[in-house]
Amino acid sequence: MPTIKINAEKCKGCSLCLKACPKQCISFSQQFNKAGYRWATLEKEDACIGCGFCYLVCPDVCIEVYK
Amino acid sequence: MQRQPLLLIFFTSYSFFHLKKDFMQKILSKPEALKDATLSYCPGCGHGIIHRLVAECIDELDLREKTIAVAPVGCAVFAYDYFNFDVTEAPHGRPPAVATGIKRTNPDKFVFTYQGDGDISAIGMAETIHAANRGENISIIFVNNANYGMTGGQMAPTTLIGQVTETTPFGRDPKRDGYPIHLCELLATLEGTTYLERVSIYNPQNIIKAKKAIKKAFQCQLDGKGFSLVEVISNCPVDWGMTPLDSIKWTEETFIKTFPLGLVKDKSEA
Repeated sequence: MPTIKINAEKCKGCSLCLKACPKQCISFSQQFNKAGYRWATLEKEDACIGCGFCYLVCPDVCIEVYK
Repeated sequence: MQRQPLLLIFFTSYSFFHLKKDFMQKILSKPEALKDATLSYCPGCGHGIIHRLVAECIDELDLREKTIAVAPVGCAVFAYDYFNFDVTEAPHGRPPAVATGIKRTNPDKFVFTYQGDGDISAIGMAETIHAANRGENISIIFVNNANYGMTGGQMAPTTLIGQVTETTPFGRDPKRDGYPIHLCELLATLEGTTYLERVSIYNPQNIIKAKKAIKKAFQCQLDGKGFSLVEVISNCPVDWGMTPLDSIKWTEETFIKTFPLGLVKDKSEA
């Protein structure tokens, strides 16, 4: 099952990965991180296909893709 | 004795679980040439993506131990905090001149500069043109975001006609402020330049294209073919007064209409 890991402390909540995800499986967390941003989380874990688009568009290099 | 099958099932499932975990390989993660630092850029800024592309190219070409980069004055001024190789700093606009000195004294090193539009096409235009005209064997990554990002979004030479910035509150008027400078086309007229390409990073497809162009520019220097420059059309959400999503939309719909993407000059095959 492909999956992604998002570094919550480095994420700045720019929402570029939310738009890039072809399966719309990323959403924002309900909490805030230390910098005051809502970080991106993998909401629908089963829907992830490990395409790596979120990694490609992430400007803070805080996403890792596992396959 | 009766417990044996149970134990067997337990161990098989345990090992199967571990095997399954081993199958999960990390296929994409932060390149080695980037430090594990939090970037100081605004949310959604294209600089982070371009940093990653440069770092990936450095890793793939195995150049980390022989690279000397020159950072600009601008948002990318702290590049030495993010790149995991040697980075020096140059006065505003002068990275091509500094890179010339480094490359001429250390021809075996890999030297590239990372500059913004205010740096390369306003304050440092003279250094850029003369380094290009001399055909110095260096690479330049030129990040064009149509304004002076670090100082709060003033008009730059690359600002589009009609674009509102801090110093053009009614939009850039060509009668008063002139026209946007197309650096790639300008340098293409010089004999000394080898490889010039304009790319963008507003969607995954273009990010992959941008990486290819950066890698080609680096390869051009490694092969000793001369001056290469990649202009990356980037976004600047905060200074444009947009959300990150609006800024990439504006890049796609308006920005690249003035600065058309594609190869401008390629003498590397000849």
